Formats: sequence, C-alpha cells, structure tokens
Amino acid sequence: MLKFILQRLGYMAITLLIIITITFFLMQLLPGTPFSNPEKLSDRQIEIMNEKYGLDKPLAIQYFTYLGNLLQGDLGISFQSQGRTVNAMIAERIGPSALIGGQGVVIGLVLGLILGIISALKHNTIFDYGSVFVAVLGMSIPSFVFAALMQYFIGVKWGLLPAALWKDYSYSIMPSLALSVLVTATVARFIRSEMLEVLGQDYVNTARAKGIKEFSVIIRHVLRNALIPVVTVLGPLAVSIMTGTLVIEKIFAVPGLGEQFTLSILVNDYSVIMGITLFYSALFIFVIFLVDILYGILDPRISIGGGKKDVR
Amino acid sequence: MKKFLWFLLIATFMVFVAGCGFGDNSEDATSDNDNSSSETDDGDTSESAIEGDKVINLVSTADIPTLDSAHAHDGVAFTVLNNVNEGLYRSNENHIPELAIAEDHQVSDDGTVHTFTLRDAQWSNGEPVTAHDFEYSWKRIFEVVGHYNVMFETAGIKNASAIIDGEASPDELGVVAEDDKTLVVTLEGPNSLFTQLLTFPVFLPQNQAFVEEMGDEYGVEADKILFNGPFVLESWQHDQGWTYKKNPDYWDADAVNLDGINVNVVKEISTAVNLWETEAVDRITISSAYVDEYRNDESFNNEVIASIVFMRFNHNLEHFQNANIRKAIDMAIDKEGLTSTILNNGSEPLYSLVPYEFSYSPDEEKDFRELNGEFNQGSAEDAQALWEQGLSEIGSDGFEFALTVADDDNHVKSAEFIKNQLETNLPGITVEIKTVPFEARLEQEKAVEYDMVVSTWGPDYGDPMTYIDMWVTDGPANRMDYSDEEFDSLVAQAKVETDAAVRYQLMLDAEKHLLDEMHIAPLYQRADAILTRPNIKGLVRHPAAPEFEYKWVDVE
Repeated sequence: MLKFILQRLGYMAITLLIIITITFFLMQLLPGTPFSNPEKLSDRQIEIMNEKYGLDKPLAIQYFTYLGNLLQGDLGISFQSQGRTVNAMIAERIGPSALIGGQGVVIGLVLGLILGIISALKHNTIFDYGSVFVAVLGMSIPSFVFAALMQYFIGVKWGLLPAALWKDYSYSIMPSLALSVLVTATVARFIRSEMLEVLGQDYVNTARAKGIKEFSVIIRHVLRNALIPVVTVLGPLAVSIMTGTLVIEKIFAVPGLGEQFTLSILVNDYSVIMGITLFYSALFIFVIFLVDILYGILDPRISIGGGKKDVR
Repeated sequence: MKKFLWFLLIATFMVFVAGCGFGDNSEDATSDNDNSSSETDDGDTSESAIEGDKVINLVSTADIPTLDSAHAHDGVAFTVLNNVNEGLYRSNENHIPELAIAEDHQVSDDGTVHTFTLRDAQWSNGEPVTAHDFEYSWKRIFEVVGHYNVMFETAGIKNASAIIDGEASPDELGVVAEDDKTLVVTLEGPNSLFTQLLTFPVFLPQNQAFVEEMGDEYGVEADKILFNGPFVLESWQHDQGWTYKKNPDYWDADAVNLDGINVNVVKEISTAVNLWETEAVDRITISSAYVDEYRNDESFNNEVIASIVFMRFNHNLEHFQNANIRKAIDMAIDKEGLTSTILNNGSEPLYSLVPYEFSYSPDEEKDFRELNGEFNQGSAEDAQALWEQGLSEIGSDGFEFALTVADDDNHVKSAEFIKNQLETNLPGITVEIKTVPFEARLEQEKAVEYDMVVSTWGPDYGDPMTYIDMWVTDGPANRMDYSDEEFDSLVAQAKVETDAAVRYQLMLDAEKHLLDEMHIAPLYQRADAILTRPNIKGLVRHPAAPEFEYKWVDVE
C-alpha cells in the first residue's frame, strides 16, 4: 500500500511537470502581450515593459525561472492587477466556486441517489420512466438554461431568492441548484443501471434468503456495490464543478475561479493562466488518486497494492 | 459504512469553504439609517453595502485591476481613481478642466513653466496633500514603468521622452515641489493640452510614506490606498464589487450629494437586466437584444460614446494609393444601413475622423463635427463614377483584396456587410474576409501586414488631437504607412499653438486634409444603450477617461 502511494505520488509529480511544460510553451503561441489595452501601447512601450517583467529573456530562462519560483510555492504576480499575487487570487476565488460547486455536488448526489434507487427498485414502472426522463433532461439540457430560467422565475418573477450577485448565503443557493442538475442526472443514471445489475446477483438473493430485511439488503449489499462507478465519475466531475464553472458564475455574478481562468486566457495574463492550470491539474490528479484508494475501501475485491488492475 | 467517507470529505470541505466563501474583511457598514427594504434577503452579517437615502447601485463589467495610479491602465480603475482621488484639475459637467487640488495656476510668458499653488486638502489618514506628493507620484511612474507614462510625453513635461528612452533618470523629470504648497512643472514647450491632460489619473498625487509602507501591495485593496477625492472606498471585494462612501474631509464636500455608491461586478448583460428588474441596480448597459423591449421606457437612453470604428487602407498597395479608389470604397458602403439594420445597437454612422459630441470649439462652443461637416457622402452611382475613374487612373479593371477583421461579433457582421456592399456596387472588386483574433489583428495592423483592416480607436484625452495626431508620419497609431508632409506640418503647428482658436482651426484643417482624399474609411461611432433610474441626476460621463464623475450625482 505504501509503495503504491509513493509510486503514485511520483507519477503525479511527473504528470504535473509535463502539464506545466506544455502549458508554458503553448501559452507563448498566443498572439499579443499580457499588458492590457494593447491597442494604445506602442511597440517601444511594449519593449520597455517586456524588459521590466523579464519577458525579453530567452524562453528557456523564463521557463526555469518559473519552475524555480514554483518550487518555492510562488506562482508569480498577475500582469493585469499589478501587485496581486496569483496565490492570493486563487485563494480568494476558489472559495465561492468551491461553495456553490460543493453544494451542487451534494444536492446532486442526494437527488441522484434517490432518483436512481427509485427507478431501479420500481423497474419498468411509471416511476422508473419518470426518473429516466428527468435524468435524460438533466444530461441533455445545458445547465445555463436552467440557470437562466431559475434566475428569471425564482429571482425576478417570484422574488424568492436574490437574482444574482454574491453577498450572503442566500446568494449561493440558485447557482448550487443550477450546478446540481448535471450531477443529479449523472448519478441517477449510473445508480440505476448498476443497481439493476447488482440486484440480479447471487449474493443479493443469498442475503434475502438469509432473511435480512429488504432495506438492509438494498443499502448494505446493493447500493454499496452500485456506488463504484459513481465514485469513478463523481471524483473528476466534482473537481471540475468545484474549481469553477464559467457560465454559471457569469450568470449569477459569482466571483469564482472559472470566470477568472477564462478572463486570464483572453487577456494573456501568463502567470494567472499558469497558476490556475497548475492548481486545477494538481487537484484533478489528486482526486483521481483518492478515487483509486476509495475503490479499495468500497470494494475489497479490488486490490490496489498491485495484481488486479482497477476497473476504469 | 465507509461509503460515507465521501460525504464526510465533501462535508469537511464545505465547512472549510463556508468560512471563506463571502469576503469577511468588511466592517459593518450599515451604521447609518437602516431603511433598507429593497433587498430580498435578511440576516446579512457579512454584507458591506452602504444603505442610506442617497445611495445608488451600479454595475461594472470587470473588477478593478489595480488602484495604483502609476499602474492603472483601464477604464474601471480610471473611473474609481477619479472619484476617490483628486489631482490638480478635475473636468466639470461640460468636460472643461477646472482647478481642483490646485487653487491657482500661473504660466510663464513662454508657456513652459507652470506654477501651481495647492489648496488645503488632506488624505484620508489625516496627512495634508502637498506638492511633494505630486512630485513623488509623477516620478514614481517612470521608476515602476507604468502603462501610461507616455501621457507625460503627450503633456510635454520636460525630460519625459528622454526618461522613457532611458537617456535620463526619473529624477530629472520637469517637476519640482518648491515647498508644501507650490508645485512647479516645466514643459519642453508650450502645450495647449496640458490642463486637459492633468485630469487624467496618472497625474494624481501619492503619499510617499504610505506608498512605501505598503510596498508592492499599494493599491490592491481598499485599505491599501489613501483617498483625497469626493469619495472614499469603503470596501473592495475582488470581482464581487466595491463601495464608495462620501468623503467628509474632502475640501468641496458640500458639493457632494450622495451618501454612497455600491458597485457590483456583473459580466452578463442578461444578469444585469434581471438585477435591474429586481431593483438591485440603478443603472445598466443593455445589448441590442434588449433595446426593443426597453426603447420606450423612460429610463432608456442611447449615449453615443467617443469610440470609433473605421477601416485603414494599406498605403503601400498601389491601388490604395489612388484617392478616387479610396473614396469609391468609402462611399459605396451604406453606413446608415450598417448601423440601423446590421448592428442595431444605437451606433451612429460616421463620415469623419473625430466623432460627434466629443469636442466643442473654444470660442463658440460648437461641435467639432458641426464645424467640419461630413465627408465623402454620396450615392452608389457616385461611388461607381469615382471607381471607374480611379481604375482608369491606375490602368486596371478591378482587383481583389483581403479585409482583416477581429473575431468580434459586430466587426464580423460589419465586414460581411461591407464585402457585400463593395462587391455589389463596385464592379470588378473582390473582397476576401480574414477573421483573426483581436490580438492578431493588432499585430498585423502594427506591422502593416494587411490590405484593409477594420480598426477601432478610443480617445486618450478629451481633445480632437487624440484622433488627429494618429496619422503623423511614423506615429505609433498610424499603422498604415500614411505619410503626408502638409498633414504633419498642420499637426506640428497645432501642437505648439497657444491661441486656442487658431489651434482649433489647425485641427479642423488637418482632419479636412486627411479626409478630402479619404485616407481612412470611417464606419460608425459606438453608442451604449443605457437604463438609468429617472430619479438619478447629475451623472457626468466624460468622452475620454476618466469616464464617470459621481461628484455631482443626486437622487431626487
């Protein structure tokens, strides 16, 4: 187990290094400068500023300087907001994103579980069709459509919740709901199909034959086994939702990370692009690693120490 | 039950984020009269909005990148700086610069030595605003290589060019604080733009002790900058919004009517419209999609702004060196149709270089446009006649060229319309549209690697010169290799002319000289469709940065 973890950590570091390198050099292909208002900047002015920020040095030197700073945990300073460190920007922006994303995942997980279980247990009944319909709807309609509808009806027409902005807790509810739609649909679909499969397994019949209560059978034997594929998709999904979703954040004017990321690419804010890419990748890789460990806990049949490969 | 590990994990994470989700660095600002009922929420412990009788709620499409006036480089920051700080001059309701922190302004006979006497004013930490604060901040912008240090070059302050070129040190800039109240500025030569430029935020003072105490973090948070203007920044939460509060220590505080302003960062127009409907905000910009819905609303207003869209001709190409061909191309485009049908966002067709409602003559206060009129208007038939003549002059029966355009929605739509108009009206012409990212357009523009390009320009300051001196030989904004001795000489004369009326005439002549032969093809002047609560009065919008003036805003 320890060997496995150390090995994985090694691979994770290498993966990150590759991501940093590729992003760093791809970024150089973007046209333009990281300085804003380029329409007004004369070439001379750009030259002077490049010099000041070390952008006139050979790429290799810039690259190793960046890596050196990175090892000390310094992601650099934003070109757009002089004086603000990328570390501070990420720290400030991840909060709102993680809050609405985290709530979205929890709501989605709970609703998805309920829908999935109902449709599996009431297979081929009106409940099943209803749940499947909801799931398909959630998968196929983009979340910003729900967001816009919710904002208009709940926020403007009925005035139940603030339409947008970010001031106190009530402002986080609608964005969370909008984000939960995709999670609900995904979880419901996986739970349904997995449960249907597990319900037909011999050990379920065995458990029932032993006289265990139906409720316990479902929770302890069926659901637990049906959760494995959900964990697989939910890990990465949760990361991508909690690290910021551009559209939802824009619609509800949430000061989150997703919006910042897109903006930084549009304005060539090199250090911010690098910082957020790195942060996102690191989190992503870590969650995949976590998911692999969770497999072992959820399903003892999967051994992570070696031997059997995991089922992804 | 290890499957609950996940729930546990997420739950812990949420406890963690719940603590940092909403900015908690705000003191309770709701100390004044608490008669709020418009908000739909309650229990607002961390809300930092100002409540009161005279409070307005605005939106901004972007956060403030920085409030360090040496580094500020965008309209949002310029507006904030303009309202929380004050320099020697401030533009009044009619966009005319008026003495602000300076009480008196004496000019030497040759127009090069300007002596300012400062009034009693203080920073928000109680320190007096002194002439040293100006000397310090003006020199500092060169030390930190600020974006807009070229403004000092435009203002003609002694040694500014040499410092930018590295031939002199920032210390040699022509500004000296003789004592706490007297600031002496030396110019390279007389400059009629000088007072106008002094309203620009790079010329604001900075308190040296405070700036040095804050170090790199100066101007990045509300408590890391000092104020001496009509308002102070009460709070600033990045990408969420900021709050202005009336500055009781401002020297002209009696003129300030508002108690405060809440600004929220809202990037989506549809979101802004929904917030408008819930009365959470009082002034928004809407897109053309909403114009029809609100057109007859009393809050609706179409504000033309001094931002122009035009086409550059590559003057190295033989066919574009012919005046008749340029005129034919310009005339063949139905600009009225472009703005009213294709764009439908309030933009006005433009037949000139300097836009409408931008500048007024010094003596009669007449619009520059009224004085110089409109250029090269005519029917498709007139355009065809010019076209035939031009073609015979260069001995050709038509040609093909590429029209470069940034991948902005409106620009692409315009380019398609232009292609269609030209190919319909001018036989023998073939237009190929080249859509490139905005940054790539700029690069190609600067390298003059295009045939024709759809370009944009907004003013750096509120004077026609900001458009006119673009076209001097080898000027940084020329970008089309246009070179004309007579034009250069008109601009050079205007730049040193001290008689305002004569200077204005020189600028009129320069525009005329450029457009009599249509060296550029103007397309339209942008406009904003705005909704403002009718009870908000006195909001001044200047044609050039700093754009907004909240000092005289009142709520009735």
